[in-house]
Amino acid sequence: MKEVLLDIKDLQVHFRVYGGFLKVLNGTNMRVYSGEKVGLVGETGCGKTTTMKAVMRILPKPHGITPEGKIIFKNKNVLSLKTQEIERLRRNEISMIFQDPTAALNPVFTIGEQLLDVFRYSKKNDGLKGKTLKQMAVDSLRAVALPDPERILASYPIQLSGGMRQRVCIALALANQKQLLIADEPGTSLDVTIQDQILRLIHRLAEERNMAVILISHSLGVIREWTERVYVMYAGSMVEEATTPKLFSQPLHPYTQALMECVPRLTGMKTNEGIPGRIPDYFFPPTGCRFHPRCPKKMAICQEEKPPFYQIDDNHQVACYLYKGES
Amino acid sequence: MEELLKVEQLKKHFVTSRGIVQAVSEATFSITAGETLGLVGESGSGKSTVAYMVMGLYQPTDGNIRFKDKNIGKYHQKRPLELKKELQIVFQDPGSSLNPRRSVGKILELPLKIHRIDSQFNLRKRILDLLDMVGLPKEYETKYPSSLGGGEKQMVAIARALSTDPSLIVLDEPTSALDVSIQAKIINTLIRIQKERNLGYLFITHDLSLMRNIAHRVAIMYLGRIVEQALTKDFFETPLHPYTQMLLASIPVVSEEEEKIKPERITSVGEIPSPVNIPPGCVFHPRCPKKMDICSQEEPTMVEYKPGHFVRCYLY
Ligand SMILES: Nc1ncnc2c1ncn2[C@@H]1O[C@H](COP(=O)(O)OP(=O)(O)OP(=O)(O)O)[C@@H](O)[C@H]1O
Ligand SMILES: Nc1ncnc2c1ncn2[C@@H]1O[C@H](COP(=O)(O)OP(=O)(O)OP(=O)(O)O)[C@@H](O)[C@H]1O
Ligand code: SF4
Ligand SMILES: [Mg+2]
Ligand SMILES: [Mg+2]
Repeated sequence: MKEVLLDIKDLQVHFRVYGGFLKVLNGTNMRVYSGEKVGLVGETGCGKTTTMKAVMRILPKPHGITPEGKIIFKNKNVLSLKTQEIERLRRNEISMIFQDPTAALNPVFTIGEQLLDVFRYSKKNDGLKGKTLKQMAVDSLRAVALPDPERILASYPIQLSGGMRQRVCIALALANQKQLLIADEPGTSLDVTIQDQILRLIHRLAEERNMAVILISHSLGVIREWTERVYVMYAGSMVEEATTPKLFSQPLHPYTQALMECVPRLTGMKTNEGIPGRIPDYFFPPTGCRFHPRCPKKMAICQEEKPPFYQIDDNHQVACYLYKGES
Repeated sequence: MEELLKVEQLKKHFVTSRGIVQAVSEATFSITAGETLGLVGESGSGKSTVAYMVMGLYQPTDGNIRFKDKNIGKYHQKRPLELKKELQIVFQDPGSSLNPRRSVGKILELPLKIHRIDSQFNLRKRILDLLDMVGLPKEYETKYPSSLGGGEKQMVAIARALSTDPSLIVLDEPTSALDVSIQAKIINTLIRIQKERNLGYLFITHDLSLMRNIAHRVAIMYLGRIVEQALTKDFFETPLHPYTQMLLASIPVVSEEEEKIKPERITSVGEIPSPVNIPPGCVFHPRCPKKMDICSQEEPTMVEYKPGHFVRCYLY
């Protein structure tokens, strides 16, 4: 039996803004087993990063997390941990590669200072000498395919290219042995040969360390190649979940189907129009299934109540009324 | 066709405490009105540095930049307003390019005011039109960058670039933070506007599938040099440079059909070289699966292998 590492249950996150609340996360559910590689895809602004920031407890304030939600990590609810406990969790159990590498690095310290800090304060490295730590920092930069680590260590973030900064962040996140790695768009600013090398590295470490990985990416090709199971998110909640091959061969949710249609193909000289309509307004989110205003197959019931997950088979579930009779 | 931008033998070296970074050593290309040149390459190969020089944000160490037949390379910060209006850029990193203390409406209003694009009276309508053009709801006018998702910020940046009605836009990985649906919309919008206004694009991206669908010509950069340049069709049908072949082989795709047309997988080997310590000979030789003796001795020059298809490699 696989062991559940992370279980996000009915998570609701609302942001307080001028004039009211943005009801962003709308009952998000996600489960990750130990050592598993899970993909998370979905439209820009659908709440992928917000969900993961909630797991790390780093959402900017003010925000509201409604009490129904739970984030269970190793049998403890992250949302009710004390500050000290949550810091320990971030230091020893979960790391995150942030989508925006510039924001994740401190502009006034060199890369070396930031990286050495991580090694120095890791428990595993207690009592190690400065020289050894420095060597570890150099090696960690080499591992993410960065040329001349010595120069990088002496550089400030501004002196590096976007892709180099991103790899520094990846090195930071992989510095310690963790049980869960959240990789939010780890390949975005890298050319495909380097991206491939990085994903290979993450994959290898995941196997060696029995580390689970949540891989967030807009590149469906990357998801197809590097994950075992995928969640598809739309406007604040999961709409489909399946094993990776299943999702690509047989997408069920109308959103997933439309998304697949938008991928630029290596074979074709055509550009798709994109999914008609726009991202929902979280101030007044659509009722019922949040996709209904854009859905080509909507029915009367769709705008009334949020569809539950229908289990199609062991490896596939979908939140759409079209599949009501099939579970 | 009217030539908009011509870049010749462009060079940029940065002096740092750790030595001289030869970020760009040899970049020569041109863009005509209505054309998209795709610039692809290794992370850190100097693509953004080329873009910044074109924009006048960095002073070139050597070489020429001509825009509409005027030499603009030397200007640096002192470019006249008229020129600034003509050239716009969308940055790679949407987070840091938007002022966090201004609302989206104010961000879009600023260039309109600086360049006196429209009367005060029409300003609001222009802003709403710009938002609409990139597919953002009008409520976004009052939002602040910190409350936007990564992709939404990039859409604001694109709207801002369009605001001055430029004739050339540098797009530095404009869609790498966007999901494929919004990417499709942006790309369609960009293509539509390009046709309507005969715009030139310098389009930097890592997404070769996207490149295939938008660029008219493609240039590949490696360690500060352009190593291959061709019409998009030729480029994908007969990639010549070993680095290009490696790139194409590593593209993550979503279907078996695409898997079939990719070149055989060549796994990248060897150490990635650095722009501080440029390897002798062909800069790609430490990673090249096809290297020959001569490759580590002297740097190959660019040759025209077929009309319009240039490559820098001894194999040809
Ligand atoms: N601090 C905040 N205050 C207000 N709204 C916020 C805040 N953070 C995020 N949001 C809103 O929440 C929504 C989800 O944002 P999030 O960054 O989680 O999206 P995402 O799925 O990660 O998108 P992307 O693919 O672009 O990274 C967006 O509409 C965003 O505007
Ligand atoms: N201001 C600077 N000072 C010193 N070195 C710099 C500076 N800006 C860039 N560099 C160096 O120049 C090289 C090229 O950087 P550039 O940002 O142009 O790469 P890029 O091709 O855009 O990469 P990416 O795909 O990762 O964005 C890198 O080695 C980088 O470290
Ligand atoms: S010149 Fe030689 S080393 Fe360089 S790419 Fe060609 S074959 Fe490889
Ligand atoms: Mg995100
Ligand atoms: Mg760049």
